[in-house]
Amino acid sequence: MSDVVEKTLTALPSLLSLDSQPGSAKLSSTSKLGNLIRGITELTSKHEEEKLIQRELSSIKEQVSSPNTTMRQMKELMVRTIYCEMLGYEASFSYIHAIKLAQQGTVLEKRVGYLAVSLFLNESHELLLLLVNTVLKDLQSTNLIEVCMALTVVSQMFPKDMIPAILPLVEEKLNHPKEIIRRKAVLALYKFYLIAPNQVQHIHNKFRKALCDKDPGVMTASLHIYLQLIQENPEGYKDLTASFVTILKQVVGGKLPMDFNYHSVPAPWLQIQLLRILSLLGKNDQSTSEIMHEVLDESLRRAEMNHNITYAILYECVKCIYTIHPKSDLLEKAAKCIGNFVLSPKINLKYLGLKALTYVVQQDPKLALQHQMTIIECLDHPDLIIKRETLELLFRITNAQNVTVIVEKMLEFLRISGDDHTTIDLVGKVAELAEKYAPDNEWFIETMNTVFSVGGDMMQPDIPNSFLKLLSEGFDSVEEDRKLRLFAVNSYISLLQGTPGKLPQRFLQVISWVLGEYSHLREDLEAAVVLRLLARLLDMKNCSSETKSWVLTAMTKLCEGGSGVSVAQQVSETYSSSLDTVLRQRAQELQYLSQDSELRARVLPRGAGLEPVEVDSSLSFLDGFVSEALAAGAAPYKPPHQRQEELAGTKALSLEPYGLSLPISMSSCSITDRQSPTLLSMSSGLSGDSTDLSHKGGSATLKLDGVKRVWGREGYLSQKEPVEEPAQVEVPSPLRSPSQQGEADSSHSQTPTPTPTPESDQEKQQLASSLFVGLGSQSSVCLMGKSEPTAQRFRRKAKGHSTASSPSEQISNSVVSPHSAVDNLLCNNLLDSNITSELALSSPELTSQPSPGLTTTNGTCDTEAELPDSDIKESEPAVIRDNSVVATDPAPHEAPDRPKDLCLTSHLPAELSGLSHSEISHLCTNQSLELSACHVQKEDSLLLVVFITNSSDSAAQQILVQVDSEELEVSCVCDSPVEEVSSHSVTVCQYSLTVKRPAVHIEVVGMVSYQLANGTSQSAQFSYKLPLTSFIRPLTVSTEEYGTMWLAFSHDTKQNLTLISDSQEPLTATLNVLKRKLQLHVVEIIGMEGIVACRVLQDQPCLMHCRVHAGTLAVWLRSPIPDLPDCLIYHCQRALQGH
Amino acid sequence: MMRFLLLFSRQGKLRLQKWFTPIPEREKKKIIREMTSLVLARQPRSCNFLHWKDLKIIYKRYASLYFCLAIENQENELLALEVIHRYVELLDKYFGNVCELDIIFNFEKAYFILDEFLMGGEIQETSKQIVNRCIESSDMLQEDDSSEWYEVELFG
Repeated sequence: MSDVVEKTLTALPSLLSLDSQPGSAKLSSTSKLGNLIRGITELTSKHEEEKLIQRELSSIKEQVSSPNTTMRQMKELMVRTIYCEMLGYEASFSYIHAIKLAQQGTVLEKRVGYLAVSLFLNESHELLLLLVNTVLKDLQSTNLIEVCMALTVVSQMFPKDMIPAILPLVEEKLNHPKEIIRRKAVLALYKFYLIAPNQVQHIHNKFRKALCDKDPGVMTASLHIYLQLIQENPEGYKDLTASFVTILKQVVGGKLPMDFNYHSVPAPWLQIQLLRILSLLGKNDQSTSEIMHEVLDESLRRAEMNHNITYAILYECVKCIYTIHPKSDLLEKAAKCIGNFVLSPKINLKYLGLKALTYVVQQDPKLALQHQMTIIECLDHPDLIIKRETLELLFRITNAQNVTVIVEKMLEFLRISGDDHTTIDLVGKVAELAEKYAPDNEWFIETMNTVFSVGGDMMQPDIPNSFLKLLSEGFDSVEEDRKLRLFAVNSYISLLQGTPGKLPQRFLQVISWVLGEYSHLREDLEAAVVLRLLARLLDMKNCSSETKSWVLTAMTKLCEGGSGVSVAQQVSETYSSSLDTVLRQRAQELQYLSQDSELRARVLPRGAGLEPVEVDSSLSFLDGFVSEALAAGAAPYKPPHQRQEELAGTKALSLEPYGLSLPISMSSCSITDRQSPTLLSMSSGLSGDSTDLSHKGGSATLKLDGVKRVWGREGYLSQKEPVEEPAQVEVPSPLRSPSQQGEADSSHSQTPTPTPTPESDQEKQQLASSLFVGLGSQSSVCLMGKSEPTAQRFRRKAKGHSTASSPSEQISNSVVSPHSAVDNLLCNNLLDSNITSELALSSPELTSQPSPGLTTTNGTCDTEAELPDSDIKESEPAVIRDNSVVATDPAPHEAPDRPKDLCLTSHLPAELSGLSHSEISHLCTNQSLELSACHVQKEDSLLLVVFITNSSDSAAQQILVQVDSEELEVSCVCDSPVEEVSSHSVTVCQYSLTVKRPAVHIEVVGMVSYQLANGTSQSAQFSYKLPLTSFIRPLTVSTEEYGTMWLAFSHDTKQNLTLISDSQEPLTATLNVLKRKLQLHVVEIIGMEGIVACRVLQDQPCLMHCRVHAGTLAVWLRSPIPDLPDCLIYHCQRALQGH
Repeated sequence: MMRFLLLFSRQGKLRLQKWFTPIPEREKKKIIREMTSLVLARQPRSCNFLHWKDLKIIYKRYASLYFCLAIENQENELLALEVIHRYVELLDKYFGNVCELDIIFNFEKAYFILDEFLMGGEIQETSKQIVNRCIESSDMLQEDDSSEWYEVELFG
């Protein structure tokens, strides 16, 4: 066939115009476009170019609007316009003509018209609506090329709301006889799926048909959709595993036509897509993984050629092997493969090798040990990208022993990297490591200082928040708290005495809060001195008003004594006339409180940071006032976002800039200290890129000799002088062996590496030993156990609240048994002798196998419960970290105990027992405590009921259950929270849930922390999923009310649903099903139309208009809440499907 | 999924832009500026991959022209590099020993080839023969639309 075309081509050139002949580049340069381009290249200045283009554009403008211009000329004009736009000059006058060209031109002109449209217009451009008809027409054309063009433009950009208009036509194309059309149709549907998944939900079975298409190209295209679908719901597609494996086998075996080869590798894109799908299917699923082992092995074997594309396949293969349920010989081969990447002289492959290692080390840290010398070379690589990736890898293998070295390397990188995104990311990681593994107070504070000054105002607000939280909540040892705080105060005072002008605002805020709270800890320091230092900050030019208000608040806490009051007075005078209302307010407070020390002591008691302040988030004390005002004719209150929405009218307004000002769910996080408003942690996770990049604070770096002094030495020191150190003596010798083995391992693998100069080699060896210390001992436990990355984390004892991390290991160690004199002595010793790494060195052993020696020392230690089944412990490493604080993820393998569930039902509060409740599901088990939950539907609310079952012999105290959700507003129902669960009993917590932001499925996450009788604290995390339907309640409105509401709502969606046609009145039958299953309220049914209303708790209405049309139910949903219509339509579909 | 593809010269002049997700005009200009400065600043023989925001930038230089492809984080870098390479091969096959000038003067053809090769940010057709056949057959349609038989040849 292609022969024919080629022959035709050779015969035709003389007949064809020059323009369209392939390879006619040089000739067409005589065209007008050619003249323009050459004209531009001859110019010397930007200004001249601008003049020339403007001239060109005005000439184009004149011609396009002339009625005499033919479509052929129009095409040529459009090409020139595209060129001008590419140079960055706007030509919006031509947009409408581009659409016209696509509409009216012949195929060749149309093609340029479509191209221009896709380059000029965005999905949201209003002119696009004009294109819909053209696309419709072309989709129905008999000319295949026109159909192709229409499908291409549809997948490039198409208005979301217009998808239903063309969807049936695109669907139809799935059955087209030509495979190229089928393929394009599948890709167009894929695009629809990405931008509006609800719209294509009903055609999932057609995707299956595409998957089974006889043309491999169509099948390949359908895999894009399957990858998405499986990513969202791997469980739903397990049955396809065997098919995917068969396809991959055929591809690898070279069964596809030659057309699919790429540099003689069979269909690499298809292979990689399949590997990706398989890894999703095989994740955490042994039986599914077993199906694919053979083909993975074959893929690894076949990909031998030394070409980028085979490496791409290998890389994906390795990733898949490490994602699915492990098989030892495959892992071995994959590890070898990673070795080839890492050791490759090609820099791209090295990069990928590092990435693969990063991915793999969590399960197999030994691999990092094998390649340690390469890793160290990469750490000094001139290419920052490689360096960055190496740090990423090191981040994953950080432990208490190598933390100082790794953090120092990261900080080093931060100082040379100028990229904001990298800085934000890396700063977050350093902060995380510092909190997790800090060896001592000094190091912690100094590292955080660097984090704050380098991260500046770009970093996640989480970091300063959790830092302050850490300081304020402290640990159980008062002495430790004091030391840490005092050290912070000292450090900050000296910073302020230097040049605070260079410090970022966030850091200044942290400094002022800490000084305000804790500077009294330093007895030799007069408050007036601190006040003067703070007052100096106020005078700085770049000090933002937010910072100023922090400073003023801090001053308010400190103003005492004669000279202090006078400084305060002076400052408050300056700012009491400030234009900023917040500053004025703070200045007033300062003024009054500095004069009245008695009042101040009452308002701002010292050390009040720990007292939780009860906040009545519903502001119920204002109810009387509100009802009076309403009675007097005041307008009801509308939240800011609603007002904004109404102002914006029907036009959808991006609410993003207002996102932060929306009320935070106060009830879900009780505020610990009203003086530090940002303590509310708004987001978690360090990856986000929400931070405003425009805030470029002064990124001054501090001279922190403390950090310098530490780095590289400590880790190394620890090996050089093994120790006369109490903790070591406690540990029986057999327990030390894993770690020693690990060290032996590492030194062994160092030796064979060839090195140029012995001296630098030695340095590298030193670095290696400090970087990779502690890895060997863990590997044996981690390899097959697939330990979760979070398993390393240990939690600091919570006081009132539990927080994510602990600043220092010793601290938590000392926290453990404040009552035991022996232990206190031990800990003090540790602190004083400053051989911190020794303790750290011994901890992994403690981690994997609790030492009997320590248990006896502690006496009260509760690890006994764990001791009998030490097997379990080995498979779950790091469950117990030292004998102190435990953080386990809910063990997934523990199935809920059926009979117990039945019992739990009887614990439902009496007032709820009559209501329908969901099945009680198991949330998590932690030591002696087991959590289960169900939700109960009340008429006006939805209650989440959490059962806490204590099956042990001792009571659990200080129980704190925190429940939160991104989509929900959670408030605790009981007046006094549960504090204690006595042995062998069940306690119930209730939470009232209301929807904040609708989603199809809503997840509640939570954490429980408690204290056992012996003082050890425990915590566990859990999550609970519930569908949006649980929140839906009927909304009883009259048809009239419905009408006015309908017009007022701005968010809508349209969709065709299946009609239940097996009864006399299909509409009524269908609506009744919806009414029964989703609790919708049917307002009225008139002929072929029906209106339905519902609300989502608390008061989020959604209206639905249904019309029977051509055998389907055309529904149109409207709501004032974005996303609600889309979510609801999903459930409607589900409800009708199941019928 | 691919997010965007940019072609620019060593002087930082944009030669071709393809955006697979909707991005506001102003943002596009900013991205183009950032990409050119980021990529042009790279030393020869460095790694072809870059991090940028939450995306990965894969770039490669062919003669005087830089190809710069942004992909999502979970995508395969090497494969993206081959996407660029295949596009260059397609251009080369169409223009015959392609050079920057071909793309400057016939940029619309370069777009058409790209549209046959990629669709909606995913690979659509990797075969050089088929892509070329599609482009050439549409090229030949010319003014008289009635040449039905080309279609028969093309899609047969």
